[in-house]
This record gives sequence, C-alpha cells and structure tokens, in this order.
Amino acid sequence: MSSADRELTYSEALHEAVRQEMSRNSDVFVFGLGVDDAKGMYGTTAGLHEEFGTERNFDTPLAEDAMTGVAIGAALAGMRPIHVHQRMDFLLLCMNQLINIAAKASYMYAGACHVPIVVRGIIGRSWGQGAQHSQALHSFFMHVPGIKVVAPTTPHDAKGCLIAAIRDDNPVIFMEHRMLYGNRGVVPENDYEVPFGQARILTSGNDVTIVGVSHMIVECLRAAHVLREAGVSAEVIDPVSLAPLDIDTIAASARKTKHLLVVDTSWTTCGTGSEILAQLVESLGEEGIPKMKRMGYAPTPCPTTRPLEDIYYPSGQTIAEAAHALVRGRDWTAPQIEAREISEFRGPF
Amino acid sequence: MIPGITISKSTLYVVIFWSNAPISSKNISWKLPATHRGKVAEHTDETFYRSLYRIRRVEEEIVRLYPSDRIKSPVHLSIGQESVSVGVCAALSTNDIVFGTYRGHALYLAKGGDLNSMMAELFGKRDGSARGKAGSMHLIDLGAGMMGTSAIVATTIPHAVGYALAIQMRRENRIVAVFFGDGASDEGVFHESMNFAALKKLPILFVCENNGYAIYSPVSDRMPADNFCERAESYRIPSTRVQSGKTTEIRDAAAHAAVAIRKGNGPQFLECLTARWRDHVGPDEDRIWNYRPDSELDDWIARDDVAATASRIDQARRSAIEAEVEREIADAIAFAEASPYPAMEELNEHVFR
Repeated sequence: MSSADRELTYSEALHEAVRQEMSRNSDVFVFGLGVDDAKGMYGTTAGLHEEFGTERNFDTPLAEDAMTGVAIGAALAGMRPIHVHQRMDFLLLCMNQLINIAAKASYMYAGACHVPIVVRGIIGRSWGQGAQHSQALHSFFMHVPGIKVVAPTTPHDAKGCLIAAIRDDNPVIFMEHRMLYGNRGVVPENDYEVPFGQARILTSGNDVTIVGVSHMIVECLRAAHVLREAGVSAEVIDPVSLAPLDIDTIAASARKTKHLLVVDTSWTTCGTGSEILAQLVESLGEEGIPKMKRMGYAPTPCPTTRPLEDIYYPSGQTIAEAAHALVRGRDWTAPQIEAREISEFRGPF
Repeated sequence: MIPGITISKSTLYVVIFWSNAPISSKNISWKLPATHRGKVAEHTDETFYRSLYRIRRVEEEIVRLYPSDRIKSPVHLSIGQESVSVGVCAALSTNDIVFGTYRGHALYLAKGGDLNSMMAELFGKRDGSARGKAGSMHLIDLGAGMMGTSAIVATTIPHAVGYALAIQMRRENRIVAVFFGDGASDEGVFHESMNFAALKKLPILFVCENNGYAIYSPVSDRMPADNFCERAESYRIPSTRVQSGKTTEIRDAAAHAAVAIRKGNGPQFLECLTARWRDHVGPDEDRIWNYRPDSELDDWIARDDVAATASRIDQARRSAIEAEVEREIADAIAFAEASPYPAMEELNEHVFR
C-alpha cells in the first residue's frame, strides 16, 4: 500500500492528529480524566505522556467545571489545551465556563484576548449506556455565538478537523461518536486541516437529500444503499461542521432533489434539523421549499434495555423508509440493515 | 492583644491581629530576598496614599456621575475595600498577573490599568478598554497584567489557576493572584480550583476579599463557620488572615506569600477582612437596606485606611498628591466624554477571532 492510500481507523486518525500537533507546537497539551491510563481514551491519547512528558498529557481530578476554567486560563496565557471528556454528558458540568466565558471572552474584551481551547466530547451510544452516557449536546452549543462545533464522521475528517480545531483561535467543541472509532478510511500522513463550514457530499443523487450528523451519517449511507435498490437516488451530505454550518451546499442539493431529510444524532426539537430547515426556508425563499422531514432520537431520555434502545435511535431502515415516503408519498418497508458496529459491540462500558 | 503574628493550632495558619494600637509596617515586615528586589516596586505611605486616594476618588466621581445616566450599566463599587487591591498589588510586579471580579475597579487601578480606558469603558465609548462592549463588570488591561473580569461569581478562579499552570509549564518566573469575595468561596469551583492548584503546586496567590456579604446575605447564612483559611488549609495551602484592613499589613502578608510562591512552594491563601461601604450594586449607601448593623459599618469607616494613610503624610505632600490625582480623574472623565460611541458595524465584530 502506498502512503497515498494508507488507511487508519477513526481513533488512530485522532491519535495521529494530536501527536503531530504536539510535536509541532509545544503549547499544545492534553488533559482529562483518564487520558493517560492504559486505555488511553480509546487509543486516541495512548502514550502521549511517554512521548511528550507527563505535563502534556495528564489525568485530572473529577472537577469538570474548574478544569474547563483551567483550560480557559491556560489558553488566555497562550497555550492550546485539549480537554477530553469520555462522555459528552459531562459537558453539562462545564457549561458555565464554556458559555459564559469561552464563547464570550473575545467579544467581551473586544478582541484583547481569545480562548483557543478544544473540548473533545465522546458520545457513548450503545450497549445500555442509558440516559446519562449517550447524549449528544451539539445543539446546545450551536445556539451560542462565539463557539464552534464540529462532528467529523470519516477518519480523514477526524484528523483534519482536530488539527484545524487545535490551530483555531476560538473555542471548538469537537464531537466524537464511539461507534465511529472502528471506521477505517484513507488518511494522509502529513498534517492537514479540514476547514470548518464546508459540507461534504458523500454520495450523489437526484431524488432526495439526506443530511446526517456524526454517526447517523453511517446509517444514512446504509439507507442510501437500500433506497438505490428501490429506485430512489439519495444524495447524502455530511455537514462536518455544525457551527459554522455550510447551508449553501445543503440548499443547492435540496433545490435539486426537492426533498430533504435531516437525521440528527440527538433529539429533533431545537436541534440541527430544526436549524437546517429554518435556514433553508430563509435561503430558498420564493424558489420553492422542498418537502422536508427531521429524524432523531425518540423524544425521551435514552432507555437502557436493548429492545427499546434499538427503536430509540433512527436506523438505516427507518431512515430509508422516511426518505422513501418523502419522495414517493407512500409507505414502503425497507429491508433490515445490520449495523455491525452496534450489534457486535460488547461492554463492559 | 499584641499586634503581630500568632500561629494558630494549625501550624500553617498565620493570623495577623488587628489592634486599636497604632502599628506601623515595621512591626511586621518581611524583607524580600535580593533576587526578587527590583521586580516589585518599593512602596511608601505616599505611594500607598496616592493609589488608595485615586481609587476612592474615582469611585466617588462615579457616584457623582451616576445620576446623569451617562454610565448606562451596573457598577459594583470598591469604596471601603481599596486596601486589599492596593496592598496585594504592592507585592506584585508588572509581569505578574491578576484575575478579579465584577467589583474590579480597585484591582484594575491598583494593578496599573489605564484610567482613561476604564472611564471610557464605563461610558460605553469606543476608546474604552473593550470598546464599550464590556462596561464596569468586564474590565481588562493586558498591558498591566490585569485579566478580564467576570460577572459570574467565582468564574475567574480557575482561569487564574490555568494561567498559573501555563506559567509553570513554560518555566516562567512570575505568579498569578486571583481576587474573589467570600461569596465565591460558596461555589464548588472555588474548591475544585484550590485542589488542583495545590495538587500541581502552582504559582498562585488566592486572595479572598471577605466583606461579609454576598449581595445582602451574610456569611452566617451561608456557611456553618467563618473558616475560609481552614478550607484552604484542608488542601494543604498555607493561609493568612489579615483582619485589620490596613494596606501595609496586607502588603506584608502578600509579599510573604509571594516569596514562598516564587520559590516554587505552590499556592498560598490570603483572607483579607474588609467592608463594602456602598450598596452591592449601584452608587447608594450600603446601610439603606437595613440588613447589616450600622455599628459594623461605622467601625470599619472609623478605621478607614485611606484616611489613616493620609494622616501619616506631610500636609503639603498630601495636597500635591491629591491635586495630581484630581487632575488625572478630571482628564479621564473629559476623555470619556469626548470619545465617540462605537460604529454600528462593531456590533458584529470580535465574536470570533
């Protein structure tokens, strides 16, 4: 295999991104509960303390509020901290610092200072993670000016977005989904940035535009596959970054297909789908609004028991059926599609 | 009670007692080691008075201007609490960093923040320290080592710890002082921050300005014991309580702590008792809401350290200092008046860098 088509998993790509940036810039450091333990945050921080010293990859007290403030303070001093949360749910303990300070410092002090922090939040879906270990909170942050939100899906984008996030002078919420960690894909060996605010068209199609967030992209691609066999051509778009959001690419596609389905890795109310639909209505104006639908988590906390957990999330099958109904206006039963990253996953965590 | 220092049950817990007997800074002073001399400016009664008087008079001018509604945002005045900022900053160099609170005028000025920028900021003008976007509660002057203040109680404490972490990682020879009120020590982040600072032996001085009230809620309504220093001690952070409100004692205690911090011994904690003479927010007298005994405030006013410091200075020198300060304040107000409001396009600037 030549270096041009070298493949890495998503977690290997994240590890390489951090390692390259730590080598390049001594101001970059990593911290968070467990980043230097034997598991190394799904391998993404493994061994960094051995290579760069224990000052640059360190464990912390369970003090999410203060440790977020510590990241901000270090950033104010010119460092580039990466704060890692093994479950995104714990970001709720960081909200005061992230919303009241990180998002506002540049504005409140009229550019006198800035807060270049990266907050990695890992979504812990599957295997009974339940109500407090499976949440995706991106829409909370999308609401607030002054903070960027990215949710890369492919190993290529995981590496490029993390490098871009570390180099960004603003706070960046970096969303990871643990069901993506095993994904393999081509990842260039050099350090490169994937720019924020540019969506990716993953498959081209003419009948329906399907936008997916984070792991839901994987389910959308499965849906697109069975839709094609049913004669429906789907264009699957990965926004990659949610704030800033590339509405132009989505709008151009929806204008072409005249049907839009947004599948969020979260609840629909006030979510990414709501925002995309609202922006689309505003941007398409009199040209004609496509038929639109949102999908996302069931409007409940996440249940633990497997049969309920399975129907809590959209799947390739339910996404395909929803897209088909949008396009053809009638019910259709899609074949079941196995999501092996979910069906084969085992705990204990 | 003999003025001086006693060591309490906890060997690290140093208490400086206040007494009615006149004491000078000679009674309790720690000489800075030679290696640190020259970095921290020398102070005399005159320099202290200049700083104290300047802060007091700026605040009084804000009180005078406030009814005109030219300052269209909340102000939390430092009148009565000047000695804490002046005393602690006298132990710091320009390179040292301070973090403070929304009651930040005294700290901003004591650390060397630009008065014109501050006044223009209060007026919401373009030449303000944050081009009118911050107001009184978010003052900043990076050139003076004055980091941005916050309106959310206790939020800047971990920032100071993070800044100290950066200093440690970069092997820099400077320290951070973070000022917060007794109310902030109710917050969980105060404890989390002290724990982490102690764990990493960070170069930071925690300064608790204990004015006894969180808005109008007394310490006794909020915690089982008035034991701020014990809280710090539980994290193995050496602590000092200065009860007098005297600038010189606060300076000496801060200087003593700063020497230990600069040696790499980790954080220190300083509790300074003080009193807020004005309302929690706005220009009114604090006693109008009848939530605190008059005698308590009268006692603090009777030993006002601005007046006490003035009394130690030759009258001619004192008049000269006051005249200079008055001119500077008048100029700052004129500067703020003359500065334009920001252009409308500025609404959308600085959201991101």
